[in-house]
Amino acid sequence: MDATAAPPTAPPRLAFDGEPGPPRPPRPLGLMPGRAWLALGVFGVMALGVVPALHLFTPRDSALHVSDYAVTVGGKIMCYAIVAVAMDLVWGYGGILSLGHGLFFALGGYTFGMYLMRSIGRDGVYQADLPDFMVFLDWEALPWFWRGTDHAAWALALVVLVPATVAFAFGVFAFRSRIRGVYFSIITQALTYAAMLLFFRNETGFGGNNGFTDFKRVLGHPITAPATRVVLFMLTALALALTLLLARFLVTSRFGRVLAAIRDAESRAMFLGYDPLWYKLFVWTLSAALCGVAGALYVPQVGIINPSEMSPASSIEIAIWVAVGGRGTLVGAVAGAALVNLAKSWFTVAFPEFWLFFLGLLFIVVTLLLPEGVVGLGWRFARRRGTP
Amino acid sequence: MRRRTITTLMGSALATAALCLPVAGRAEGKTIKVGVLHSLSGTMAISETALKDVALMTIEEINASGGVMGKKLEPVVVDPASNWPLFAEKARQLLTQDKVAAVFGCWTSVSRKSVLPVFKELNGVLFYPVQYEGEELERNVFYTGAAPNQQAIPAVEYLMSEEGGGAKRFFLLGTDYVYPRTTNKILRAFLRSKGVVEKDIAEIYTPFGHSDYQTIVADIKKFALGGRTAVISTINGDSNVPFYKELGNAGLKATEVPVVAFSVGEEELRGIDARPLVGHLAAWNYFMSLKNPSNDAFIKKYRAYARKKGLANAGKVVTNDPMEATYVGIHMWKQAVEKAKSTAPDKVIAAMSGQTYQAPSGFLLKMDETNHHLHKPVFIGEIRPDGQFNVVWKTKAPIRAQPWSPFVAGNEGKQSM
Amino acid sequence: MRRSLSVALKALLRSACSLVALACCSASPALAALDAGAVSQLASEDSEEKIAAIRRLAETGDPAAVRVLQALEADALQVAGGKVVLLDGGRVLDAATGQEIATPLEDPEGITVNNRVRRVLAGALAGLRLVDPDRRVRLAAAEELAAGPRPDAAPLLARALQEESDRQIRPLLALALAQANLTSPDPAVRLSAVKALGASSHPAVERLLARLLDEGAEPDAAVRSEARSSLRSVQLRVTAGDILARVFSGLSLGSILLLVALGLAITYGVMGVINMAHGELLMIGAYASYGMQVLFARWFPRALDWYVLAAIPVAFAAAALAGALIERAVIRHLYGRPLETLLATWGLSLLLIQSARVVFGAQNVGVGNPSWMSGGVEIVAGAVLPWNRIVIVGFSLAVLALVWFLLNRTRLGMFVRAVTQNRAMAGCVGVPTGRLDTLAFALGAGMAGLGGVALSQIANVGPDMGQAYIVDSFMVVVLGGVGQLAGAVGAALGLGVVTKFLEGWAGAVIAKILVLVFVIAFIQKRPQGLFALKGRLADD
Repeated sequence: MDATAAPPTAPPRLAFDGEPGPPRPPRPLGLMPGRAWLALGVFGVMALGVVPALHLFTPRDSALHVSDYAVTVGGKIMCYAIVAVAMDLVWGYGGILSLGHGLFFALGGYTFGMYLMRSIGRDGVYQADLPDFMVFLDWEALPWFWRGTDHAAWALALVVLVPATVAFAFGVFAFRSRIRGVYFSIITQALTYAAMLLFFRNETGFGGNNGFTDFKRVLGHPITAPATRVVLFMLTALALALTLLLARFLVTSRFGRVLAAIRDAESRAMFLGYDPLWYKLFVWTLSAALCGVAGALYVPQVGIINPSEMSPASSIEIAIWVAVGGRGTLVGAVAGAALVNLAKSWFTVAFPEFWLFFLGLLFIVVTLLLPEGVVGLGWRFARRRGTP
Repeated sequence: MRRRTITTLMGSALATAALCLPVAGRAEGKTIKVGVLHSLSGTMAISETALKDVALMTIEEINASGGVMGKKLEPVVVDPASNWPLFAEKARQLLTQDKVAAVFGCWTSVSRKSVLPVFKELNGVLFYPVQYEGEELERNVFYTGAAPNQQAIPAVEYLMSEEGGGAKRFFLLGTDYVYPRTTNKILRAFLRSKGVVEKDIAEIYTPFGHSDYQTIVADIKKFALGGRTAVISTINGDSNVPFYKELGNAGLKATEVPVVAFSVGEEELRGIDARPLVGHLAAWNYFMSLKNPSNDAFIKKYRAYARKKGLANAGKVVTNDPMEATYVGIHMWKQAVEKAKSTAPDKVIAAMSGQTYQAPSGFLLKMDETNHHLHKPVFIGEIRPDGQFNVVWKTKAPIRAQPWSPFVAGNEGKQSM
Repeated sequence: MRRSLSVALKALLRSACSLVALACCSASPALAALDAGAVSQLASEDSEEKIAAIRRLAETGDPAAVRVLQALEADALQVAGGKVVLLDGGRVLDAATGQEIATPLEDPEGITVNNRVRRVLAGALAGLRLVDPDRRVRLAAAEELAAGPRPDAAPLLARALQEESDRQIRPLLALALAQANLTSPDPAVRLSAVKALGASSHPAVERLLARLLDEGAEPDAAVRSEARSSLRSVQLRVTAGDILARVFSGLSLGSILLLVALGLAITYGVMGVINMAHGELLMIGAYASYGMQVLFARWFPRALDWYVLAAIPVAFAAAALAGALIERAVIRHLYGRPLETLLATWGLSLLLIQSARVVFGAQNVGVGNPSWMSGGVEIVAGAVLPWNRIVIVGFSLAVLALVWFLLNRTRLGMFVRAVTQNRAMAGCVGVPTGRLDTLAFALGAGMAGLGGVALSQIANVGPDMGQAYIVDSFMVVVLGGVGQLAGAVGAALGLGVVTKFLEGWAGAVIAKILVLVFVIAFIQKRPQGLFALKGRLADD
C-alpha cells in the first residue's frame, strides 16, 4: 500500500527557483492513505464523542473531567488549525507566502461578531437597540453595512463572502501584475496593517479598540452554557475535518497538480498553456473563505474580537505555524498550529518573563534546521527506519 | 503495517487527548493562591511590569507579617502578552486550573472587558487598579483606580479657575479608544454645563503609536490664538513622549498653553527629559512626591525590593498612582478575607464593603459600600525638571466615585450596585 | 499704566546708578537690603500673596530684587528655618540681605510656583529685562514681547525704544510697540501702528488686523484701508510660513524614513533578503545613543552635549556587528530561500526585543536632546522648525552622501553593485560573494543603527520601538525599487511629504491608510518600483 516510488536515499526534489520541497509520498490510490482515514476517525471520535461526554457528564472534581478551560483552548487551537491549513494551501501548495492572512480570519470573526452583537438585543449596558459602543458614540441608527446581520443566515453567508470578496479583489490585481515572492508578502502586510488602522478607528463602526465583546447568546443559546461551548467545539472539529478533506481532495486532483506546477515553475506552466491567474486566484479566495469560517467559529469561543487580530505580527505567526509543522503537508499545518500555540500557552505560564526567548528560538531553529517542519522530520525518521 | 496502524492510533489519540486532559491540580493546603494578570511583554509591558513588581512586593510584605489567616500567599504570575483574547484565557486558567482566591490585574479597558465575562461566569474577584472611563459597575470587580469624576473633572475645574490659568478654550487631544472618547464626552458635557460654547472646544484623536505630532502642535498654536487655551491630553502612554518633545521644541510654554495629561505619571516621565515640560500638569490620586509617613515607607519598601530582586534600573525606580492602587487593593482584600474569615468570593465581596486603609497618598481611603469604587483624593501636580510632580492643588478630603457619570445621557438611574 | 511708567523710570534710574557704581567698584556687589516683608511673603502658600510680593519687588527696580525674582523663576529659592534663602552656585545667600549663610540649612524646602505665578513672574521680569545692560537679555525680552500683542506694555516699550540703539533689538521693540498701540485712542498712532504691523508674520497679528476691518471696531476709514493692505501682506506671509512648515515636516518625516529604510534597501538589493529584524537593529542604535548619554553623564559631564556625535560611530559599529553576526549565523544558511529568511529573522527580532527588555527594562529609557538640538528656529511667528529635525535632515543627507560615495567610488561599492545586478556573473568574475554578503548586511545594519540614533532624538526608546517602523521601511523599499539609491530617496521623501499633506487634510489615520493603499495600487501598476534595476516579472 505504501510502495514508495523513490528509494529512501533519494535527495530532496528541488524546485526551479531553488526552494527545496519536502519529500512527498506518492499519489495514493484513494483520497488519502488508509492510515490517514484511521487517524481522522480517531480524531472524530475523540472530538465529537469522548471530549464532549467527559466535559458534560463527569463531575467537576473527577480526574476524567475535561475542564471548560481545556474545551475553550482546544476549540481555539482547532480554529487556528483551520487557518493553518488554509495558509498551507496557498503557501505550501501554491507557493504564495501571504503575511496578511490574519485579515481574512479577522474579517470572518468581525462578521459573525456583528451577528453576536445584534443578538445581545437589549441586554447590553445601555439597554438600547443599538450595540453599546454605538450608543456611546451617540449614533442614532445602524450603519448600512450592519443591516441584516441580525439574521443568522445572512451573517453566515457574509462570513464566507466578505473575506472571499476582499481576497478576490486584491488577488485579481496582484496576480495579474504578476507580483511574486517577497514583494507580494510585503504588500499583504501593508494590506492587513491598513485594515487594522481602519478598524481601530471608532468612526469606522466596528467598536474601535474595544472591538466586539460582552456576547450573551449565539443562535438563541446562552453563550456561556457548557452545552453551547461543547457544541461550538464539536462544530469546530467538524469544520477542521472537512477542511482537511477538502484540501486533500484539491491537492490530489488535477487542479492540485497544476497548482504545484505553477508553484514550482510559473513561466514554464504558462508556456505549457495554463493561465496561472485563475489557479492562484481560486486557491487564494478559497483559503480566505476558510479563514473567514475559522474566524467565525473563533469569536464565540474566545468571547472577544478586536483589531489586533489584524496586526502584521499575528499574520506572520500564521506562517510560522505552517513552517514549524511542515509546509506542503496538510497535517503538518495542523501539527504546527497546535504545537506553537500550546507552547505559547505553556511558556507564558511557566516562564512569563522569558517566553519570547523560547518562541524566537523555536522559529529560528525550525527554519534553519527543520526546513520541512516537524512532520518532515517525522517522514525522514520513518524513511530511515525503512519502509515496510 | 500493523505496527504502523497501532502507532498512528496511539499517536492521534494522544494528540487529541493532550489537548483535553486536565492539568493535574495542586493540592489545596498551606497557601492561598492569588493571581497576577499583567502583560509582561508586548505593547503594555511598559506600564504593567511595574504593577506586577508592586504586587509581588506587597505579597511578600504580607507574608512577612504572618500572611492571611495564618496562611502564606502564593502569587501565580501569568503573562497575557498584551493580547486581549489571551487575557480571557489566562483569567480562566487562573480561576479554574490554579484556583486562585483573587486576581489583581489588567490595565487597558479592552483587557478588563475581555476578562469580565470569565469573572462573571466563574464568580471570581478582580481588583482593577487603573484610572478608567467609568460606565461600568460589576459585582465581581473592585475598582481601585479613579473614575472620571475623581480625575478629569477636578483637573478641568482647576484649569478654569484663576489659580489654574483661567482657561476659556479647551483642546481635547486623545488617542482613539474608549477611555479618551468617554472622558472627552463627559468633559464636553461638563464644559457646556459651565457655559463654554462649542467653538471653544476642539476634539482630536490620534491612532495608537502615533509619533509625529508636528501638525497637531501647530493646530494647538492656532487654536490658542483665539483665547486662553488649555490642552486636555488623554494620549496613551507611549505617544506622550513624542508629543511633549514636539511641544518643547515648538516653544509652547506651559504658562501660555498648559497641558494636563491623565495618562502621564512618574513612570512615563522617566523616559523623557522633563526640563522643557516644566509647568505642564497631571491629575492623579497619588504622586510620588507627596510627603507623608506612609508614602515614605511605601517608597522605601519598593526601592529595597527593586534592589533585592535586581530589577533593571533599580536605583531609579519610581512609584505611581496605579502602583499605589495595586498596593491598597491587595491590603484591602487581605482585610476583607480576615473579616469574612474565608476566601470564598461571595463572602469576600460582602466583606469588602466599607473597608478602609491608610494609603501612601496620605489619606484614609474607603471602599464604598455600594459602588465597588474607592473614595480617593485628587491631586493636581506640575511637572518638575527632575521628572517628579509639584502638587499645586489638592482636595481636602477623598471624593466618592461616580462610575456612571451624570454627564452621559441615560445614566440617571444607575448609581449603585 | 502709570505704575509701569514709574516702574520703568525708576528701573532706568536705578540701573544707571548701579551701572555707574559697578563701573567704579570692582569688588563683588554688596546687595542693598530688600523689603524683608515682601521677600518672606514669597514663601507663602497662597498664590495671591506671592503675586503681590512679586509685584512689589518688581516695582523697586532694585537689581537685588531682580536677582531674587530670577532665582524664583529658576527654582533656586528655598525656605529654611523661616528664612528665605537663595542658592547661587555653591553658595547659600539670605535673599533679603544678600549675606552669605555659612551654617548648613535645616530642612530646606524649595519654594514652588505654579503656572499662574510663573506667568506674572515672566511679565515682571520681562519689563525689568528690557533695560538690562546685558544685550542678550534685552534681546530675549524683546523677542518675547514681540511674540504677541500686549497692550499694557505700550509705555514701557516706547521708553525702551527711545533708549535702544541695537540694530537687532530695535525692530522687535517697534513691532511690539505697534501691536500694543493698536488700541490707542489717537487714530494717527493707530495708523502708524497698522502700517508697521504689515511687516509682521504672526497669526495673532492677522487676527487683530482682521478685526479692524469692521467699521464697528475701527471708526477711522484711513486706518481701515491701511489695515486691509497690511492684512494682505501678513496673510501672505503666514500662509507661506504654513506651507513651508508643512513641507518641512514632510521632508523631516521623509528623511527619517530614508534613514530607517536605506539599510534595508541595500541588503535587499544585494541579497534579496527582507530582514524582519531590521526594526531591532534600529533599536540597537537607539540604545547605543542611550548608553553613550549615560556614559557621558557619568564620565564627561561637561561634554554631555556632544554625546550624540560619539553615539554615531558607536551605534554604527554595534548595529553592524549585530548584522554581521546575524548574517553569519542565520541568513547565510538560508541562502536562496528568501521566504524562510523572512521567518527566521522574525524569530530573531523576538529574541532581540526580549533581550532588550531584560537588559534595559521594559520601560522606555530617557534620551534627551542636547542643547544645540533643542528648541527651534522661527521662520514665521508661530511656525517653528525644531532644531532636532533640522539636524536629522542634515544628518540623513550626510549619510546619503556617504553611502553614495561608498557605492560609487569604492571597490566594495562596485562589488555591491555588481552582485545586486547579477549575482551569478559577479561570482564568476571573482567577486567574493560570501564575504560580500556579510559586509553588505553589516553595512545595511550599521545604517539602521544610524537611523536608530536619529530616532532616539525624536521618538521613544524602548524594546518595542522597532516594530513601529517595520511596515514603513518595507513600503519605502517596495515603492522605491531595488538597485538604485535614487529609488529609496525618492520613495522616502515622496511618502513623507504626501503623508504630511494628507494628514493636514484628512487626519493621521486616514492619511496613513491612504498612503498604504496608494503604495499597494502603485505596485500593481509598476511592480518594479519607482527606479529599478531588476524586474520582478522574470523568475527571481
